[in-house]
This record gives sequence, C-alpha cells and structure tokens, in this order.
Amino acid sequence: MSVVHSAPKFSSNEGVVDTLSKALGDHLVDATEANGEILLRVKRESIEDALRILRDDHAYQQLMEIAGADYPSRPERFEVVYMLLSLTKNHRIMVKCSTDEATPVPTVTTLWPNAGWLEREVFDMYGVLFDGNTDLRRILTDYGFEGHPFRKDFPLTGYVELRYSEEEKRVVYEPVELAQDLRQFDFMSPWEGADYVLPGDEKAEGEAK
Amino acid sequence: MSIQLEESPTTGDEVITNYTINFGPQHPAAHGVLRMVMELDGEIIERIDPHVGLLHRGTEKLIEHKTYLQALPYFDRLDYCSPLCMEHSYILAIEKLLNVEVPIRAQYLRVLFAELTRICNHMLNIGAHVMDVGAMTPNLWVFELREDCMNFFERMSGARMHHAYLRPGGVHQDVPEKLLVDIGEWVDTRLPELFGDAMSLVLDNRIFKQRNVDIAVVSRDDAIAWGFSGPMIRAAGIPWDLRKSQPYEVYDRMDFEIPVGTNSDCYDRFVVRVKEVYESAKIIKQCLAEMPQGPVASTDGKVSPPKRGEMKQSMEALIHHFKLYTEGFHVPAGEVYVATESPKGEFGVYLVSDGSNKPYRCKIRPTAFSHLQAMDMMSKGHMLPDATAILGAIDVVFGECDR
Repeated sequence: MSVVHSAPKFSSNEGVVDTLSKALGDHLVDATEANGEILLRVKRESIEDALRILRDDHAYQQLMEIAGADYPSRPERFEVVYMLLSLTKNHRIMVKCSTDEATPVPTVTTLWPNAGWLEREVFDMYGVLFDGNTDLRRILTDYGFEGHPFRKDFPLTGYVELRYSEEEKRVVYEPVELAQDLRQFDFMSPWEGADYVLPGDEKAEGEAK
Repeated sequence: MSIQLEESPTTGDEVITNYTINFGPQHPAAHGVLRMVMELDGEIIERIDPHVGLLHRGTEKLIEHKTYLQALPYFDRLDYCSPLCMEHSYILAIEKLLNVEVPIRAQYLRVLFAELTRICNHMLNIGAHVMDVGAMTPNLWVFELREDCMNFFERMSGARMHHAYLRPGGVHQDVPEKLLVDIGEWVDTRLPELFGDAMSLVLDNRIFKQRNVDIAVVSRDDAIAWGFSGPMIRAAGIPWDLRKSQPYEVYDRMDFEIPVGTNSDCYDRFVVRVKEVYESAKIIKQCLAEMPQGPVASTDGKVSPPKRGEMKQSMEALIHHFKLYTEGFHVPAGEVYVATESPKGEFGVYLVSDGSNKPYRCKIRPTAFSHLQAMDMMSKGHMLPDATAILGAIDVVFGECDR
C-alpha cells in the first residue's frame, strides 16, 4: 500500500529491522514494522542492556517518551513502550517490554536522566514498578491518591470527589456520588458487535427466535 | 549613656542551615499551577523539586472513552496557548493509521494556521518572559499582536482559543478569501512594526541581559540526554527542527531557516523564539502565495463528512453523515508515535488502535515534562530570582504538562 498520508517523514526504515535484530541478539523477542513504525519487543530483564546498545552503538541518542499501556486479558498485562529518537540518523523506533503488577522493570535512569519522571508517570498511572529508580513517587495524581487511574479496570469517574466544606473550613474528600449514572453511548452497529441488548430484544428471552 | 553596638547576627560560629521554600502553586511567574519545593542556601538554589500534576485532568483516560472525533477538542485544552499545534499531532497520528490523503489546500491551511499559532504562542511566552524579569511594556505590546491572532482564529473557526479546526482528512471548513488577505497584510505591516518595536526595547536592554545571559547554561550533551526539543535544544546549538528534518504536510516546500543559539542560556532561548517569529512569518507568506484552490477535506466519505447540500440530495451522503456523527469512523488496528514541532518543542502522540471507533490508548508526550524535569539541573547554583527567568525560558504551560 502506498503512503498517501502527510504525517512526519523520517529516514527510511529499510534494513533497520535486520540490523537492529542482529545487534540485539538474545535480548530481542520479535521485531515488526507496521504503519511505517519499527517496533522492537525485548525481554523485560534486558531492557536496559538493549536500550544501551541502541543508544551507544546505533545512535538513538534521545529518549523522548515512555508510555504505559494496559491489556488486562494478557498474562503480563502492562506494556512499557520507549520512544527513541536518533538526531544523527533522523530516525525513530519504539522499543517495548511487558510486565505485570508485581514484576519490576529495570530502570533506564542509568542511561537517560529524563527517564526518572517518565518512569514515575508510568508507575503513577499503571502501578508498574521500576527496579533501580530511586525516586519512584507519584507525579501527576493528588497527594495521597490511591490506585492507578489509567488501568482499564479503574472507573472513569474515579472513587473519590472533593469539595470545600464550609463547616470544616477545608477541602474534604468523599466517595463519588453521581447525580445521574455515567452514560456511555455505544453507537457501534449491532451487526458489528455492539455489546448492549437492542431495545425489545430482552422480551425475546427463552422464546424461539 | 554609651552607645551600644548592635551585634552582627551572623558573626560567631553558628551554622546557617539550608531552608526550604515553596514556590507556587499560585505564583504569577510559575506560568500556571506549578509547585516547586526549593532548598536554598541563603539566596542560592541548592535543589529544586518541582511538583507537577496540579492540573491533571486525566485527558488520556477520557480520550479512551470517546470516539476519535469526539476526542479532538481535548487537545485544544492541553496547551491552550498553541491549541492548533496540539491537534496537529493527533490528527496526523490518526491519518497515519488510516493512511488517508489530505487535499493540498487543507495541508496549506494547516501549515498556515500552525505557524500563526506559533507566532501567537511565542507572543505570550516572550511577553511573559520579559515580564518575569521585570519589564512591563513589551508584554502589553505583544499582547496586541496576540489579540490580532485571536481575531484571525475566530474568523477561521469561530473560536478564539479552542478551535477544533483540524479534522482527520482535512480541516473543518474553508476560510474566507478576505481572511487570507488580511493575514497577509498583517504579516507584512503590523507584525514586523509592532514586534520590532517591542523587541528593540528588550533585546539589547542591559537589565534584560543581566537577568538572562549565562543563566541556566546547558551543554549540548546534556540537552540531548535530558530529552530537550524545540527552542531549548536549538538554543544549545543543535539545528534540530522537526519541520525541517521530518517534514509533514507541506513543510518540505517551505523555505525557512532554523535559528540556533551558541551559548545555550536563557537569553539564547529567548532570541531563538524571537527569530522563529520572523521565520514563521516567512512561512505564512509562502503559504498565502502558493495556496491552491480546491477541496479542504478528504473526499473519502468514510472519514470526512459530506457537505450539507449533498446530504439533501444523496442517500449515500446522508448515511455517511449519520454514521460519522454517531458511531464515528473505525481506525485499523496498529500503533504509531507521531511527533510534530509544536512551538514549545516536540509534541508527540502515541496512538494505539484496536480497530474500533475509539482509541485504545492515547499517550500524549508533552514538551514541558522533560524540560521541567531538568529544572533542578539547570538552576543549581543560581540565585532565587533566576528561577523565574529559567522557567520563563522553558516556556511551560500546565494544561499540556499535566494533561
């Protein structure tokens, strides 16, 4: 399929997958190229070594971002995705590893100083632990916040709400009370897997359809 | 009565301990809601621990619960000083997954208004920066220009700040011809006059230089290691601009320079932004000169909605319109990371699609996050009032930093 979109064009991906697969060797699980992006999946234990190889031998000097993602159906539900940028080769790659709630991921603060906050954010939002990060505090959520809000099983409305209490002269936290249920409109076509019961269908229960 | 000499409070062997102060969260020079816990030795900064997240609204989580089109206006509310550039990354990420072609006029319009947004953003930052270090007048002058930009945006989209103008496959609507003429005139006359005047007060000003030159010098290696981008990395002498190195839309047709600094201090960052305003003006002029006529949105009915008139005539168009505004379009499964050059630096969107009509995960890469993290490194050993200059030169907006 030819590329017709006008998104940023960086250097060609040609041959990059082969070169990097060879360089990473045992650290690598698989390497794919899709939508013009190169995705390297590496073993969790060797993420630091793998990124060190990419930084030092393959000129991916900048760590632009660490993104978490939650796939609850997988045995290792969390993915940690590292976006690397090479200023000299003008190229971007994504490196990812997976983990669960309990297993820590080795930190990369040893490689890039800005990894500290990025890892803190993934920890805050998903509860992924980073082994070796000396400052793994919450970063974006409130002081004293409980839970990890970006997990798929965390409700959109959250659990607590706060208001200023005139009696106590301070802000108080209370359980969320919704005046009206949170409405999720599902406009998926019923022929394409909407997960709600069509109005009227509930009457047909047990009868011949 | 004999004269009693007052004893000096600092003589003797007592040790003065470091003390900690709170900068913000409500401080005019904090550019929003930033709390910095500063450890000071006298007036020298020993350590800074910025506490961010006071404006965290969970944008990324909200986006997961909206269709692709409904999620778009959230981006305006990230960096509310350069809303269009926020939309830009998101739109391009969707288009990259969809692989949809954008008509050439729409690409020109996007670039034109992205550059106008850059000017608008730099006006605010330049004004705020000089105000942080004590000058009042230039801020008032450049706010005039910002007001002009806002008026242009209003005529473009109907909204002064939260435009929601870019759409997957194009832009929302075409602009009146008179607006383009007026922008051209403004770029030719009013902008250089007023901006030049304002900058003549600042650039060679002795006080301004004393407050900014040699403050927060960051070496090239540090700038790379700390993930700097935008004017911050360019001030360090690295000519890195995504518009040039990884061109998107019609930036590869534009002729413009990348201003770089030599000293990598706050003054250089300021000057890089001032120069960028002129480069943006150059790009705007080229856009106005070259912009062809034609459609402003993709003709693919599965991505962009049909015209009102068409809907009255064609059943197909009516169905497309209905489906687009209820179910929304489906994006093929996949993941992309798309970064564009926002006025503040690299603004990226990591978009994961599972093939449905809602993003599975949308991670926003704010520019200020990496820059603010380096605040501790940059301000160590400087005086307390320098912190405001450093913060001003970072150009931080908390809508984007905290998401």
